[in-house]
Amino acid sequence: MAATPLLELRGIDKSFGPVQVLHDVGMSVYPGEVTALVGDNGAGKSTLVKCISGIYTIDAGTVLFDGRTVTVNSPRDAADLGIEVVYQDLALCDNLDIVQNMFLGREQKRGIVLDEPTMEQMAAETLASLSVRTVKSLRQLVASLSGGQRQTVAIAKAVLWNSKVVILDEPTAALGVAQTAQVLELVRRLADNGLGVALISHNMNEVFAVSDRIAALYLGRMAAEVKTSDVTHAQVVELITGGRSGNLGLPPEGPTDFADFMPGGQL
Amino acid sequence: MSTYEIAGGVKVARPTMAGHLRDYLARIRGGDLGALPAVLGLVVLTLIFGAARPNSFFSAGNLANLFNQAAGLTMIAMGLIFVLLLGEIDLSAGYAAGVCGAAMAILLTDRGYAEPVALLGALLTGVVIGLALGFLVAKVGIPSFVVTLAAFLAFQGVLLNLLGEGKNLSIPDGFIKSLNKDSLPVSWSWGLAIASVAVFALFQFLRYRGRADRGLLTEPIGVTLLRVAGIAALILTATAILTRERAINPAVASLKGVPIAALVIGGFLVLWTLVLGRTSYGRHVYAVGGNPEAARRAGIPVDRIRISVFVIGSFMAAIGGIMLVSRAGSVDPNTGGSSTLLYSVGAAVIGGTSLFGGKGKVIHAVIGGAVIAVIDNGMFLMDFSSGTRYIFTGVILLIAAGVDALARRRAAAGNR
Ligand SMILES: Nc1ncnc2c1ncn2[C@@H]1O[C@H](COP(=O)(O)OP(=O)(O)OP(=O)(O)O)[C@@H](O)[C@H]1O
Ligand SMILES: [Mg+2]
Repeated sequence: MAATPLLELRGIDKSFGPVQVLHDVGMSVYPGEVTALVGDNGAGKSTLVKCISGIYTIDAGTVLFDGRTVTVNSPRDAADLGIEVVYQDLALCDNLDIVQNMFLGREQKRGIVLDEPTMEQMAAETLASLSVRTVKSLRQLVASLSGGQRQTVAIAKAVLWNSKVVILDEPTAALGVAQTAQVLELVRRLADNGLGVALISHNMNEVFAVSDRIAALYLGRMAAEVKTSDVTHAQVVELITGGRSGNLGLPPEGPTDFADFMPGGQL
Repeated sequence: MSTYEIAGGVKVARPTMAGHLRDYLARIRGGDLGALPAVLGLVVLTLIFGAARPNSFFSAGNLANLFNQAAGLTMIAMGLIFVLLLGEIDLSAGYAAGVCGAAMAILLTDRGYAEPVALLGALLTGVVIGLALGFLVAKVGIPSFVVTLAAFLAFQGVLLNLLGEGKNLSIPDGFIKSLNKDSLPVSWSWGLAIASVAVFALFQFLRYRGRADRGLLTEPIGVTLLRVAGIAALILTATAILTRERAINPAVASLKGVPIAALVIGGFLVLWTLVLGRTSYGRHVYAVGGNPEAARRAGIPVDRIRISVFVIGSFMAAIGGIMLVSRAGSVDPNTGGSSTLLYSVGAAVIGGTSLFGGKGKVIHAVIGGAVIAVIDNGMFLMDFSSGTRYIFTGVILLIAAGVDALARRRAAAGNR
């Protein structure tokens, strides 16, 4: 059990115009562990991820990386720290091939000319390390890949860079049984290799199968951060749907709590 | 399917000539046609016009003429391909060419500057125009259609004010005038032709070797050899034809050699093809055209890429303007007007560049430009009126855009 979290968030606020989506969110990701981030649709999970990766700027709060306060203003900054994100909507360019997508924005060059052989070799090695053993060609356009293959490319892109933290936003949502198992195995392997992994998922079986910790987001607030071994399925479901479970979770709603007046805020 | 193990142990299909051909056919069936329809169209049109007017169409003089005819619009089309790759449009490119050409002519005549200064002035005008258009599109957020439509009207006015209604400004003889009029000496023509074939072959060979040495998958060597042989045949045949005597009365003045315009077209073709295909800048242009959000998340400065394609677009419009003025020997308020822009956009689209962004190559401007020049030239030789020529070119453009749209639908239906 590591002492300092690799990635720690404190008091993150984020609004889109008048709508506040994240309220005072704190969360930690430890090296060598999988932290599952759970929450209902619209709880703010993807928004939190995009705040970490510099796609959105946060309104308030601090991000600590390896114990140091950092500012992340762009996806570049996050990548430079060693934070890689596999987005829910994948963000691949259909008109580029597998290798081109994996190196997008970080092409290997010799002088000013692209070094295609090196990129192809690195891509092949990374895919092999992820146990991807058959593709028609590494030069195949991403548009022609299946959902699972696209997911694999997106994950391979994230682990190509000796990253320290990998965040995956619902990586198994579109996958079949076999491919889901493969991706989960991969997620576990990343953590076992010492990386900090955050996994967003709606599937409780998945969460309990691979995670060491669970962070439950409820209506933009962090309801609870617990060890997976300390809670039951039912408790996590209660945290997700109600924000509380017994003495875990958000305090009972006071009359000043704005969430009271929102339709989704009632228990 | 026999497989092949490359670095890292990933298995991929083993390349064979037959497999290569199968892949190509599958890509075409999948809707990825590229320049194929344009090349076929070019062959068919050439055969038709050649059969109808064997003496005039299939003459060395006419081939040289085609280069000069196509040079202006091909240069503008090359710039437009960058803009189209981002799914944007530049309707002002035609008159931008006119304005840049006029700037050059005025510097040259009224102001009495030397030719290099005048050329630089034209190119700088193009870059400034491109920066302004790009800023308005990328930073202010006005759709490129509107920005460049406004610029189209404004530049037409600028040209009119610069030159005066009905005026015509002639440029003196010199380097600029010879650009799109004269030809290289025969010795130079052959030297350059052989050198370019040799360099092309060398690069193809080095690439093959580089991949093979690293244990990467290579295309069958036969495909490489065929490609080199094809390019060599094309360049050497054209050179052989163009170095024949084509003056009506050679005793008075001999006329032979590869037109300088062909060299200009070839030079920019190589330059921009390398930029798009072999630099990270080019890769980023494709990425922004394919999925701007993914590009942004990959840390690509999307706005700067957007501005840069308009700069390249207007810069190439300036080159096009120089070629147009050089060919006419003068500039007037209609230079770059009438059908220039439409032919240029048409050339890019007919060549195979998609109007929807993300798909296109610089060679498409050359192939599409050739199609348009051949139609214009061939139908003129067959005594069709200019009205009929416009109608026919319009139909061809519609077919090309239709092919593009259908290919897109097939590609969309093909996955998910
Ligand atoms: N760009 C935006 N502008 C305005 N509101 C937004 C924006 N992005 C997200 N939201 C809102 O923020 C809230 C949280 O959205 P988010 O996508 O983070 O949810 P999520 O937890 O990832 O849900 P899901 O499980 O469905 O993916 C939603 O109410 C959504 O409508
Ligand atoms: Mg989400």
